[in-house]
Amino acid sequence: MNIHEYQAKEIFRNAGIPVPEGTVATTVEQVRDIAARFGTRVVVKAQVHTGGRGKAGGVKLAHNPEEAAGLAEKILGMEIKGHVVRKVLVTPAVDISHEYYLGVVLDRAAGRPLVMVSREGGIDIEEVAKTNPGAILREHFDPSTGLYPFQARQLAYGIEPEPHFAKQIASILIKLCRCFAQVDGSLAEINPLIRTPGGEMIAIDAKINLDDSALFHHHDLEAMRDSSAESANEAAAREMGLSYIKLDGAIGCVVNGAGLAMATMDLVKHFGGSPANFLDIGGSSSPDKVITAIRIITEDQNVKVILFNIFGGITRCDDVANGLIRALSATKVKLPIVARLTGTNEEEARQILGSVEGLTPAETMDEAVQRAVELAR
Amino acid sequence: MSILIDEKSRVVVQGITGRDGAFHSRAMKAYGTNLVAGVTPGKAGERVDQVPVYNTVADAVRETGADTSVVYVPPAFAKDAILEAAYAGVRLVVAITEGIPALSMVEVLQTLNRLGTRLVGPNCPGLISPGKCKVGIMPGEIHKQGPVGVVSRSGTLTYEMVYQLTKTGIGQSTCIGIGGDPIIGTNFIDVLSLFEADPETKAVVMIGEIGGSAEEEAAEFVKSKMSKPVVGFIAGQTAPPGKRMGHAGAIISGGSGTAAEKIKALSAAGIPVAKIPSEVGPLMKEALGL
Repeated sequence: MNIHEYQAKEIFRNAGIPVPEGTVATTVEQVRDIAARFGTRVVVKAQVHTGGRGKAGGVKLAHNPEEAAGLAEKILGMEIKGHVVRKVLVTPAVDISHEYYLGVVLDRAAGRPLVMVSREGGIDIEEVAKTNPGAILREHFDPSTGLYPFQARQLAYGIEPEPHFAKQIASILIKLCRCFAQVDGSLAEINPLIRTPGGEMIAIDAKINLDDSALFHHHDLEAMRDSSAESANEAAAREMGLSYIKLDGAIGCVVNGAGLAMATMDLVKHFGGSPANFLDIGGSSSPDKVITAIRIITEDQNVKVILFNIFGGITRCDDVANGLIRALSATKVKLPIVARLTGTNEEEARQILGSVEGLTPAETMDEAVQRAVELAR
Repeated sequence: MSILIDEKSRVVVQGITGRDGAFHSRAMKAYGTNLVAGVTPGKAGERVDQVPVYNTVADAVRETGADTSVVYVPPAFAKDAILEAAYAGVRLVVAITEGIPALSMVEVLQTLNRLGTRLVGPNCPGLISPGKCKVGIMPGEIHKQGPVGVVSRSGTLTYEMVYQLTKTGIGQSTCIGIGGDPIIGTNFIDVLSLFEADPETKAVVMIGEIGGSAEEEAAEFVKSKMSKPVVGFIAGQTAPPGKRMGHAGAIISGGSGTAAEKIKALSAAGIPVAKIPSEVGPLMKEALGL
């Protein structure tokens, strides 16, 4: 799950990481009032779940409340990489002497969290990792013990020789790593951490991504979910335990298992069609999941045919077939359906689906996909 | 021969009285798995399909000599269940459960490495040595004993591939789903080296997907360390970047982990890559010289 910058800053603030003051606003008037209250130059920052906000014009400096209001007028409602800006963070501007990069990710190959630092902040870390890997210092750490102080010193002195500054960076690094472990993060990033002319360190940007699987531990963080940032269908799917991603094509796919769902989309493309979505109905599926899946897919106006590709293991084909029958009677689906159900309880499923009108059975994945591509034409 | 499990494996099911645990225990037993015990705290003395249920894994191991465990318990209790099996001295733990927090798995794996217990999964279908033993949720009847090892990050896509191999007349030594999570106990390279050492396995099918760099690392291993032929498939060529495709580990982030990159790495290592799943059978026939 992604959270917004202002939410990540709140988490950092509670962890003892220095962040600037700031208030969130959803209207131009609020922005004017907040800026007046700060009584100084402010930065108005779009709160959307994507990078590149600055380049897109979503982060602007204002010298007075009127200017801030004018900027908010432009930024609120703006679209950045497909995300509509509904909230802005208004925060006092700070003077910058230097920018550093601090970030924590989960290193899949090593099976441990990895903290990375660079002397140059405000950068695209993935780009630097490719073009100038030597500019990034790295340490793995154990989430249960956190980053050891000596590791923090190695990293901090590695990017900042001045002891007074390095000590502050080391302290922030330890807190950042602790924070990453406490929230079950998949990413925690300060880009940039800045040094003021007075020698103070401040995290002027903040990014945290959370592990969806860990949210059951963290109801406070689950409450930070911005449901306006996901589509109604994506939210409905998530609540039902389905994973759904909308694409632009005409063939609505209902598949069990993520790998098979991806392979089905790929095969649709291979045979000249275009998938309308990724949809994994998951393991141990109940008929209700299938009903939700059909409802979500039929709400997509581009869909011309529904393709079921089910290979039963933990998912039982008879459950899927029952769900399909109930969904057909409950939702009056008019679209043609191609269904291929193989594996656990496939015989029962075949009997259940035997006489359904408008349903084309298929034996193999190739056959099912080719039939669906033809029907979509 | 086969790898990790065979007819001698003594299997205990953790979560045997749950809906999925009970269903798949019956299926495993019907397949011929030597299912010796089940565990559900508070349900000792019950039986599921004649299999005795114990309160703890330690009891099950002491009473039945179980050496392999399969975990069907819900995510919130799965970390503890895996650790319980490892501390009870189980040699191999297979975690079917989807949705265990990644940082919990970091902690679990550190402990398992110390105790010398192997974990397969989590978020996986388990493994099967056809004709001998099935530990997991795959439909047993699609498999056939034979010379090809199968290793995959997926569940149902693995069944699809196995189904195609069997229809082509090619049997399998062992099929392993290593799991779709970012942090897993047994990776491609671990399994490839076991297949390389197994005399019954003559060739391997490796099924990858978007996200991470495990396929690239495996390709390097195949090129430098393996004598047996490997055939590959990568799912997710049409996956949009930045979106998690069902599996917690299946995401293209920062432009890396794409299917195109992985196919390129496999091809560069001399591994023939099937463009679509139904090409795997014919490519494997060619690799085996049939």
